[in-house]
Amino acid sequence: MSDFILILLSTLDSTIRVSTPLILCAMAGLFSERSGIVDIGLEGKMLGGAFAAAAIASITGSAWIGLSAAIGVSVCMALLHGFACITHKGNQVVSGLAINILASGLTVTLGIAWFHQGGQTPLLSGDARFYSIDLPGALALADVPVIGAIYSQLISGHNALVYLAFITVPITWWIVYQTRFGLRLRAVGENPQAVDTAGISVFWLRYRAVICAGILCGIAGAYLSTGQNASFVREMSAGKGYIALAALIFGKWRPKAALLACLLFGFLEALTVRLEGVDLPLLGQVPTQLMQALPYILTVVLLAGFIGKAVAPKAIGVPYIKER
Amino acid sequence: MSSSHNAEQQGDMPPAIDLRKINKSFGPVHANKDVDLVVARGSIHGIIGENGAGKSTLMSILYGFYEADSGEILINGKLAAITSSKDAIYAGIGMVHQHFMLIDTFTVLENVMLGAEQSSSLKESKISARAELARLSVEFGLAVDPDAITGDLAVGLQQRVEILKALYRGAEILILDEPTGVLTPQEVNQLFDILNALRERGVSVMLITHKLQEIMAITDEVTVMRGGTMVATRETAKTTKAELAELMVGRKVLLEVDKSVAQPKEVLLETSNLTIKDDAGVTRLDAVSLKVHAGEILGIAGVSGNGQTELLDVLSGILPVQEGFIVLNGTTIDKKNVLNAKDFRHLSLGHVAEDRHKQGMVTDFSARECAIMGFQDEPEFNGPILMDNKAVTEHCVKLMDEFDVRPANPHLKAANFSGGNQQKLCLAREIERQPKVLLVGQPTRGVDIGAIEFIHQQIVQLRDAGHAVLVVSVELEEVMSLCDRIIVMFEGRIVGEMAASDADAQKLGLLMGNAGSNDQTSTQGASS
Repeated sequence: MSDFILILLSTLDSTIRVSTPLILCAMAGLFSERSGIVDIGLEGKMLGGAFAAAAIASITGSAWIGLSAAIGVSVCMALLHGFACITHKGNQVVSGLAINILASGLTVTLGIAWFHQGGQTPLLSGDARFYSIDLPGALALADVPVIGAIYSQLISGHNALVYLAFITVPITWWIVYQTRFGLRLRAVGENPQAVDTAGISVFWLRYRAVICAGILCGIAGAYLSTGQNASFVREMSAGKGYIALAALIFGKWRPKAALLACLLFGFLEALTVRLEGVDLPLLGQVPTQLMQALPYILTVVLLAGFIGKAVAPKAIGVPYIKER
Repeated sequence: MSSSHNAEQQGDMPPAIDLRKINKSFGPVHANKDVDLVVARGSIHGIIGENGAGKSTLMSILYGFYEADSGEILINGKLAAITSSKDAIYAGIGMVHQHFMLIDTFTVLENVMLGAEQSSSLKESKISARAELARLSVEFGLAVDPDAITGDLAVGLQQRVEILKALYRGAEILILDEPTGVLTPQEVNQLFDILNALRERGVSVMLITHKLQEIMAITDEVTVMRGGTMVATRETAKTTKAELAELMVGRKVLLEVDKSVAQPKEVLLETSNLTIKDDAGVTRLDAVSLKVHAGEILGIAGVSGNGQTELLDVLSGILPVQEGFIVLNGTTIDKKNVLNAKDFRHLSLGHVAEDRHKQGMVTDFSARECAIMGFQDEPEFNGPILMDNKAVTEHCVKLMDEFDVRPANPHLKAANFSGGNQQKLCLAREIERQPKVLLVGQPTRGVDIGAIEFIHQQIVQLRDAGHAVLVVSVELEEVMSLCDRIIVMFEGRIVGEMAASDADAQKLGLLMGNAGSNDQTSTQGASS
């Protein structure tokens, strides 16, 4: 029995690690999409951020400078997306895909040119990485049954970016639902014309939204290359941006629900790793592909209207053009 | 703002709005030519003109949506530079748009304060906005529940929210763009009461409309626009509908439809208990049973969105019959005998769609292509393999000639015709086949007065030739003057039927708003 609890705890522990980039990207997508800008480029921004973080951290030896670089690069990519689809009213999906392709090609090319390691960055060590933090009292409580195990093994022992990701959710909720900026953000995603006639600049509002998305994707990228791993590896985002987008939709564009969706999808991924090659009673081996596809399948089922109804922001994907 | 003005005071005061030599072009189209306009403070000033006369452009310039190419705007005697809606709001101008600028998912309070929040914290903003909203509601008699979800409100109440939005921003000049299009006659009366109250408190109101009776009912002064220019300004008390109509069109027009008494014969179209539910399971059409006889025009009146669209769709084969049945020229169509739109046409049914841009034509196609839509498979337009382009063009030329479509160029893109000419082309395409039953949705929506007369004549002629016509229109005057018998729809049901000769706006209006149910959720004490 205690074996089972240990396995469960470690699976939940890896759920948290795996969910972290999903949560950050889902909140990023929430800002962007609530303002009416489809953000399929979460993946690319995260990948660009991951590369920037690892590259700069390996040069400067500081994970925090690496994180700043990741945010900078990701915001630049977000601005490019904004320039294409806010200023020039381009197709948001095409622009987002272009960002993804750009990131996947550029990171490898630059990586080879700068570090000569086949697209990887040098292994990071010391201050160039984000290491696990033991929360106060974790050791002391470790022996307390249940609560102690949960606190010391599950909650304690993650790196700073993990905690940052979880704090992001209430902050996002607060910004979106409790501030003037949030009210206008939600409004512009529903009816940009109403926002314009209320004397607010639609462009500036949407730019601010994509900048928020850029910042969060940058943090997600830095987590991948300097927190979860110790270097940049080509294509290391591995579709997490898309899963985050699926989680955002699954969470009906709401922060708390999106967080739960991220945790669910993260748990599925952690479970996939745990179950690989394990014979389950009755079921036999569960094919990994099926587990990996589950987030997408669940999202499609949701969109088809089987689990409640996901109502997207009304003006999503539509560039704002004044009449005529 | 609260002090009322009288005529003597106005004499010394600069006008609320003084536009001088406003010009605006969109490419080759000169939408406003040297427009001068003076609106006295504390008055209701009507601006009337046909579609494309430049009314909306002028108001968009005043509200900062477009920038004028040249000209000056003086607000209360002071030169104002208005390049954005923000400038306009700052100058004390508020606008109630034809399509409401509201966020359906927001509460009334959130909509009112959007863009004019007092603090970066929403909580604090809401407290001050709530107090101000309550004050305005009392002062102007505009009661709305601040916590209601805007999208759930009746259209009349949503409009009230728009007015409150403008007042909340301290508007002393209120522009209303075609405000009555979506309202029942009773709601229109309420709106007029509100406008009168605003005028008494010194607010200057500009009413943009194409409806003559509204101008006569409420305005102090009226300006007529035609072809981008100001044609005339009249004191409302000293003008007549006929004079205004003539000024609008540039020639004498017949406001009443000229027709004889109908001679109804056999039933050509009949429905029994037709019921339609949409994808969300909402009943859109509720057990509708009606009969249309040869030689009569049956009119369907009602505020738009009360099932008229679904009725036209199911009667023309666009929507399948879900419950009940249709008998069209002796053929029964029900759940078992499903026919598509083409089959319906072969049963001698013509359909002039309500929304010609969505269903009536493809605006990117040329006129000659639009003129055969729905009949593109007919042998006369097809060779052994390819389409017979010559026949298609000739067909279009013939229609254009018979229905006076201008310009008579079959190769011109449909989008480049005016609304009236597009409608004439659609009507020509359907009438030319001499269908036994003709469905016409909104025969004159977005159509100028000159063309309205012509379209009505064509429909009456078809009736006199012994065909059955069903007209759906939200324009009460049109229904009353064009049709022989009127059915009123409300929430998908038929709530009344009468001969056109017995109908008046009051009777129809009560039915349209289903007088029993009251959408005035609260008229007093909105503050809670």
